[in-house]
Amino acid sequence: MTDRQSLDGMAAPNWNDPAIQGRLKRRHRGASLLRLGGIVAIAIALGLLALLLGSILSIGLKAFSQTVAEIDVPISTEYVDLENLEDSNWTRLAQDGVATLYPDDATGRRDQRYRNILSRGGLNAVRGAIEEQVIADPSLVGQSVRVSVQLSDPFDQFAKGVVRRDTPEDMRRITNDEIAMYDGLVAEGRISRVFNTWLFTNGDSRFPEMAGLAAGLRGSAMALMVCLIISFPIGIGTAIYLEEFAPKNWLTYMIEVNINNLAAVPSIVFGLLGLAVLLNFFGLPRSAPLVGGMVLALMTLPTIIIATRAALKAVPPSIREGAMGIGASPMQVVTHHVLPLAMPGILTGTIIGMAAALGETAPLLLIGMNMFSTDLPGSVFDQATALPTQIFMWFDSPELGFVSRTAAAIIVLLGFLLMMNATAIFIRSKLERKW
Amino acid sequence: MTTTRQWTAFAALAVMTVASSTSALAQSPRDNVWSVGSSTVFPYSQAVAEEFSYTDGFSSPSIESTGTGGGMRLFCGGLGLAYPDITRASRAMKQSEWDNCQNNGVTDITELQIGSDGISLSVSRQGESFDISRAQLFLALAAEVPVNGQIAANPYERWSEIDASFPDVEIQVFGPPPTSGTRDAWVELVMEEGCESFSEVEALEEGRMEEVCQRMRTDGKFIEAGENDNLIVQRLNADPTAYGIFGYSFLYENLSALQAVTVEGVAPSQAAIGDGSYTVSRPLFVYVKNGHRGVTPGLEEYLALYTSEDTFGPDGFLVERGLVALSDAARAEEHAEAMNGAGMTRYISN
Repeated sequence: MTDRQSLDGMAAPNWNDPAIQGRLKRRHRGASLLRLGGIVAIAIALGLLALLLGSILSIGLKAFSQTVAEIDVPISTEYVDLENLEDSNWTRLAQDGVATLYPDDATGRRDQRYRNILSRGGLNAVRGAIEEQVIADPSLVGQSVRVSVQLSDPFDQFAKGVVRRDTPEDMRRITNDEIAMYDGLVAEGRISRVFNTWLFTNGDSRFPEMAGLAAGLRGSAMALMVCLIISFPIGIGTAIYLEEFAPKNWLTYMIEVNINNLAAVPSIVFGLLGLAVLLNFFGLPRSAPLVGGMVLALMTLPTIIIATRAALKAVPPSIREGAMGIGASPMQVVTHHVLPLAMPGILTGTIIGMAAALGETAPLLLIGMNMFSTDLPGSVFDQATALPTQIFMWFDSPELGFVSRTAAAIIVLLGFLLMMNATAIFIRSKLERKW
Repeated sequence: MTTTRQWTAFAALAVMTVASSTSALAQSPRDNVWSVGSSTVFPYSQAVAEEFSYTDGFSSPSIESTGTGGGMRLFCGGLGLAYPDITRASRAMKQSEWDNCQNNGVTDITELQIGSDGISLSVSRQGESFDISRAQLFLALAAEVPVNGQIAANPYERWSEIDASFPDVEIQVFGPPPTSGTRDAWVELVMEEGCESFSEVEALEEGRMEEVCQRMRTDGKFIEAGENDNLIVQRLNADPTAYGIFGYSFLYENLSALQAVTVEGVAPSQAAIGDGSYTVSRPLFVYVKNGHRGVTPGLEEYLALYTSEDTFGPDGFLVERGLVALSDAARAEEHAEAMNGAGMTRYISN
């Protein structure tokens, strides 16, 4: 009882007929061409991705290490206030510590040429480091404390081989004299290359060697938190209403179409909206993560609504009917049964929406989140930067060191995006139920 | 039941967040100096802000890059902490901007010139540098130039067609777009100066002459490369026959890769821009809202640092970033104005 019997009325095809053979060959050729085209397309895409990642990594990985000089800072009792350690003259101690590197020249003055080797922001870093160490361990008073200071960007680039010794002197920022002194420090064993933790703990700076992503990371985290608090409940509420309760009429149809269209609106339009409405009309603070989060929430809302509706739709009607059958109210059907079952899908959609929001730059630029401050933002009302706007600003900076730092910041951003997407995939594969 | 309770808790949390945010809004929005404006002056104000943050007692200033025009709009928006204290400009405030300020109650403004900046025409070290006059630059870059006594569309394809001593390569110059202060300054300092040396242009009527003098060519020889100067630097590195127009500070940072084209025999340098012998240089300004003195914590201290010798003097740290310092007398005057809040005299308030 197979299909063959239904064909009984027809003559069995002669597979050796050249016409059939030809057609068959053409069909097979078409199929293999399609397959080949697909493979070529994937190869091109992968090749471009590899090129992109390769170029970013090759430039950016350099910024994850930093050349430092070890300095022994004598903690002279003269400047330490033993009664109240915080009130000690830390600046003076730091200055004297840095000065130990400088040999007195014939005239008895400190050699000024050394000052270009250490970071200009280095004194502040030394002060912070000794203050922290001595307060943690007061027995260090009278001894000396070893701290690492970042080298200035030209010398960091020199140590990493970006600026080369054989370049003519007038074509580089560092002089032969300075290189000779640097070689002296290397011979003393004071120069080493360490992992660049400052990249993650420091705020922004005009000195590449002092600049870090902490302010951008915190600004982004705050903006995303605001975004989540606004868009998650509103998005889910909208989706539940549209999917479970709304009557099917032209009004809800129009709303649906508009939500789908909103998902395709370029993000800069939301930025303009934020500028015109949130800043100019409501007078919310400019550059604040609060406003950034609100603008990103507008952008994320359609994504969350669409993902939530799809997740709700995937819950089989039998579950609703079963719940209804044992006497649950429509509200209870949704909150006790449908929503918990749809939650993994909703979370996946939300995380993907958040990841898109994290990488969004244009709307944040419009509301002024591309500002420079060495402080980290304390609250969502403070002026702040975000990770992508930080990248934008570093890319615009003239110093050589910011080239690799821009790429390093991109790597950090990509790392976070990867983590968020991996979480989404994990939730989808582990928690989502199939019916 | 747990789910319902969770939702209630969540709703309560949301309400609390909104409530706390409104109450925080009622308080003062900031306790630091806020500066907006030109991206050319941005690196200098950034440097002063960072130096300022090392001193104890004040929060680090916020420095935002909005462009000169955008900065003026925000600055002139009104008085109060919701508006910036300082705006930076790579050209002087315009009459229309001054009027806008007046209308919004920002009547007391101090104008400080912090130094000058040169605009350089640069090329890769692999490329060829040469000496060019502003009239020749006008011939190379204007949309319409005098040809055989007539004003016609720019016919020059190669540098060597303008002067036989110039390199025999196609004219290709990357420069800033019209929204940029650098572009305004280039047009004013090079194009307008250069076109005046042609009698054919002089003979034109007022409006037409302005048009001829100010319009850059759009036939692909002059390429608008966006506000990002680093991008232009990269393009020049990739193509030794391409030339680029950008601020001197970018040339200074990239001296290992780039060289300057000399204009009228002078190469851009600190000394040549400072004494005016390099002709393509412009003043950089900072405008201060005097109504915010004593209101914004640290504003006066920030200005004191900005106009101190260690900052904008010839050995100051702004010079290390490419700023060209003012003369001794001019610096003393600017410092005094920064401290006593002398009102600007460029326009008469009505």
